[in-house]
Amino acid sequence: MDNVLELKSIEKTYGSKIKTQVLFDVNLAIESGSFNSIIGQSGSGKSTLLNIIGTLDQPTQGKVIISGMQTSTMNRAQLAELRNETIGFIFQFHYLLPEFTALENVLMPYRIKHGKADKKAIDRAKEYMELVGLTKVMNNKATDMSGGQQQRTAIARALMNQPKIILADEPTGNLDSDSTEMIYQLLREINQRLKTTFIIVTHDRKIAEKTDRIIEIKDGKIAMDIRK
Amino acid sequence: MRLSFKIALRFLRNNLGQTFLILTGIAVGVSVQIFIGLLIQGLQQSLVNKTIGSSPQITITALNKQTTFTAWEKDMALLDGNASLTFISASADGAAFAYNNTESQSVVFRGMQLASADGIYHFTDRLTEGNLPASKSEVMIGKNLKEALGVKVGDTITVKTPSQNFMDVKIVGILDLKVAALNDSWMISDLNTSQTLFGYGNSVSMISMQVKKVFTSDTTAVAVATQLNDPTLKVADWKSANAELLSGLSGQSISSTMIQVFVMVSVVLAIASVLAITVMQKSRQLGILKAMGIKDSIASLIFIFQGLILGLLGAIAGVGLGLGLCIMFVTFAKGADGSPVVPLYINMSFILLSAGIAVISSLIASFIPAKASLSLNPIEVIRNG
Repeated sequence: MDNVLELKSIEKTYGSKIKTQVLFDVNLAIESGSFNSIIGQSGSGKSTLLNIIGTLDQPTQGKVIISGMQTSTMNRAQLAELRNETIGFIFQFHYLLPEFTALENVLMPYRIKHGKADKKAIDRAKEYMELVGLTKVMNNKATDMSGGQQQRTAIARALMNQPKIILADEPTGNLDSDSTEMIYQLLREINQRLKTTFIIVTHDRKIAEKTDRIIEIKDGKIAMDIRK
Repeated sequence: MRLSFKIALRFLRNNLGQTFLILTGIAVGVSVQIFIGLLIQGLQQSLVNKTIGSSPQITITALNKQTTFTAWEKDMALLDGNASLTFISASADGAAFAYNNTESQSVVFRGMQLASADGIYHFTDRLTEGNLPASKSEVMIGKNLKEALGVKVGDTITVKTPSQNFMDVKIVGILDLKVAALNDSWMISDLNTSQTLFGYGNSVSMISMQVKKVFTSDTTAVAVATQLNDPTLKVADWKSANAELLSGLSGQSISSTMIQVFVMVSVVLAIASVLAITVMQKSRQLGILKAMGIKDSIASLIFIFQGLILGLLGAIAGVGLGLGLCIMFVTFAKGADGSPVVPLYINMSFILLSAGIAVISSLIASFIPAKASLSLNPIEVIRNG
């Protein structure tokens, strides 16, 4: 299978006077359509790694290649376009825009790309809302939904531009156990139906065990890489 | 562009209290600007009307004031085509004594081309009794002169010149010229009566005129002198004769401009500071939009649109409020005679300019948050939750 993502000798150091290195020579290749997890303790560098993969943060050294494109040569506008078209984000705190309804939030990545949402796009957004089971609350503002509903809206939003990769940082870290189980089933279903590549950062081993590949980060290095 | 506008509008709508406060700030600034501006312009207009509005703004006399000049008809024909001038009237003036039985008064006897002189001096409006002279030997006099001579409309009195010319004239009108010195001494007839009384023949002593733009009367006077090209004549304008008034008027203009500039500066600072805070408030939203791939330029456009929307709505509300204040002022602030203390002078171009400055100021103010939003990195928002 093709690699949708490659990390080559990634290093990341924070600070200029007092330097703190959080990632050390990380090499990783993620296959297209795979369902992966990155685990590690707090401060291990897993979120930093995910942010570098998502081009939100830049490595101090090394190369990030997404869909065959090397990101280090891209400017901010090109990176923004790459994120919009290729990567979907699901964050722990869901980060919906409270001024907009659930459906408008889902449509946002499409509007960023095209300016205006046509009927076809709206139908697709509704389809994703249905997939995550939110048909009834799609016209609610983000603030008028439960935590689980907000996270499912964020998942539908991440799907909107049919990205190749979805990056999820502790997507259930803020949810109860029932909602957590439902969200993982949903992510797995999307992975199987749409062949979207998933990289999920979690500190919960039980959740990681449900994925096809577990990458453990310890002290900024890949300590374990297990495929089922 | 469309997305930036939509997000800007939604941000404003979602924070109605704050939006209302900013709008009120802009509207109050614009309204103060318009209110003070129109008031001062009205005051200036009324001062100009009261002081020089009913008198000649340019006069042509013989270089030697004692003499008259004969080529006045040719001169007036020349000036007829000058578009800067409104009314032109020739007059034959002289000092005389008026006698009524035992009463005698020194008078300024002025013979004018009454039809055009009425445009300059507004005699018709200032008649308190009677009519304008319609034929030879008819005069109208100032109201104080009437009291001094103890005469009434219809009476005939005798006028005597220093060179011992006599004439009986009939009083047909009484004037209130609003200036005591004029009410005390003016006696006005048609041109022919005066020329006969003083023995001027077909000569006149002065050509008086009003101009379209009173504040450029000096340049108009120079143009008139050039046009006439007669070294025996002296062309004078009101500005050179009223330096004190002119400096008062320009002082008023400058203070008005200063007030307006300070009002605008405070409005711009207020908008800029509030919009700068909104970047902080919306940094979470901006961070997530940037993570989703919105470009920096599109994100900063959100704040430009916010500035534009606030500026436009604030300016419209401010114009309404400012005009309302003006109308209230002229309705309630009235003098003893029931007329407004300061007349309302609606200057559309000034109102549009004030509104335009508010919109542009808001736009400029919005560049500060727009610039701040450019440097916002999504990772800061995501890392800090």
